[in-house]
Amino acid sequence: MNLSAVWEYRIVIIQGFLVTLQLSGLAIICSTLFGFLSGFFLSGPSRILRYPFKIYVEVFRGSPLLLQLFMIFFGFPYLGIPITLFQTAIFVFTLYGGAYIAEIVRSGIESIPKGQFDAAASIGLTYPQTMITVILPQAMRVSLPPLVGFYIGLIKDTSIASVIGYMEVVKEGQAVINVTSRPFDVYIVISILYFIICYPLSLFVTWIERKTQTL
Amino acid sequence: MKDIHKSFGHLEVLKGVTLNVEKGEVVVIIGPSGSGKSTFLRCINKLEKVNHGEVYIDGTLLLDNRHDIRMMRQTIGMVFQSFNLFPHLTVYENISLGPRKALGMPKQQIDNIVDSLLAKVGLSEKKQSYPHQLSGGQQQRIAIARALAMQPKAMLFDEPTSALDPELIGEVLSVIKTLAQEGMTMVIVTHEMNFAREISDRVVVMADGKIIEEGPPDIIFTAPKEPRTKVFLRSVIDKV
Repeated sequence: MNLSAVWEYRIVIIQGFLVTLQLSGLAIICSTLFGFLSGFFLSGPSRILRYPFKIYVEVFRGSPLLLQLFMIFFGFPYLGIPITLFQTAIFVFTLYGGAYIAEIVRSGIESIPKGQFDAAASIGLTYPQTMITVILPQAMRVSLPPLVGFYIGLIKDTSIASVIGYMEVVKEGQAVINVTSRPFDVYIVISILYFIICYPLSLFVTWIERKTQTL
Repeated sequence: MKDIHKSFGHLEVLKGVTLNVEKGEVVVIIGPSGSGKSTFLRCINKLEKVNHGEVYIDGTLLLDNRHDIRMMRQTIGMVFQSFNLFPHLTVYENISLGPRKALGMPKQQIDNIVDSLLAKVGLSEKKQSYPHQLSGGQQQRIAIARALAMQPKAMLFDEPTSALDPELIGEVLSVIKTLAQEGMTMVIVTHEMNFAREISDRVVVMADGKIIEEGPPDIIFTAPKEPRTKVFLRSVIDKV
């Protein structure tokens, strides 16, 4: 192993890593917002609202992320809708991540005993008030570990955006490999970079699991 | 309540129950399990949707819209068999949530209400505790205080002592007795026959989704007319 060749192109790798961080951050934020919204409707009382979200979740959990990126990036221009790389990535990661997060949120909400809904209703709270003050705080204790676990997966999944040419860290790494011909060294460095973001999150999951167990 | 019918799928649980409760009256509902007592109680404040039938409060018919249902739930307090306190909130937060969110009461007034209610149920020192730090009896007393914090006109009790250890039942019953003495209108579903006899103005016996007999406690417990009431009372008293 000789990292001097990689070191020479460190600016390129760091640039890619910053793009990965940006894409991961945006993917987490957008998919969380959309996933929570979907999760509310999935577990909500209205059947008319529940079904479209159910179909959405099944569709996006039931097809590969790679395919979803291809479908949007090549399919939208084919349909006459211009779309940029960035828009494709945000769109797909929001919907893909949202589908998984919706299920995590739904199962968290459904783990709360029905008596909690009864009690909240009996003191005159509206459904949104019940969700925000009574159900969600309890559901989050259940949902937070799988949620953060999913974030870890999502951060790693942003690397798939490289196949449509998104210049994140893997794609930039490939460019460095083309020049240096040192694939192993470059991939080792990139792996370490992923590990640096994912490992603290993993520790965080362990920590909250331990903390909620004692409660 | 007029002619309440309720079905779960094909199972008809309530087959036309009519009950009129006067202001200040304490009505106790007894009857074998599966007779629809709890379901009936839950229909009163529409935690269960009724298939057919009407609920009136102060002579006004309650409609099935959100506004009416919410108004009515703010007027009628409910206490559950399994307490259903909010486990992530302190005792103070549990009691103050309704007045704060549903009634929009100012904090000063809420604090006064919480303090006086905690004093009433004898748990002033538990204000900052969490439900899991309390015994079952204490939790149920807090649940009563939570319902009372809405300043209800009437209270519903759904087997308030059934989930409690025997030695904790007394403290809950004595709180309910105090409420009765203060003139609170109450409908209580219970299996505590001595308590029922002592506290009630009227006893309603339900069986098989219907009211089979009702009357003053002394008559129901000593000289019931219905054979099914007799069988039921004998089976309960044998257990004791």
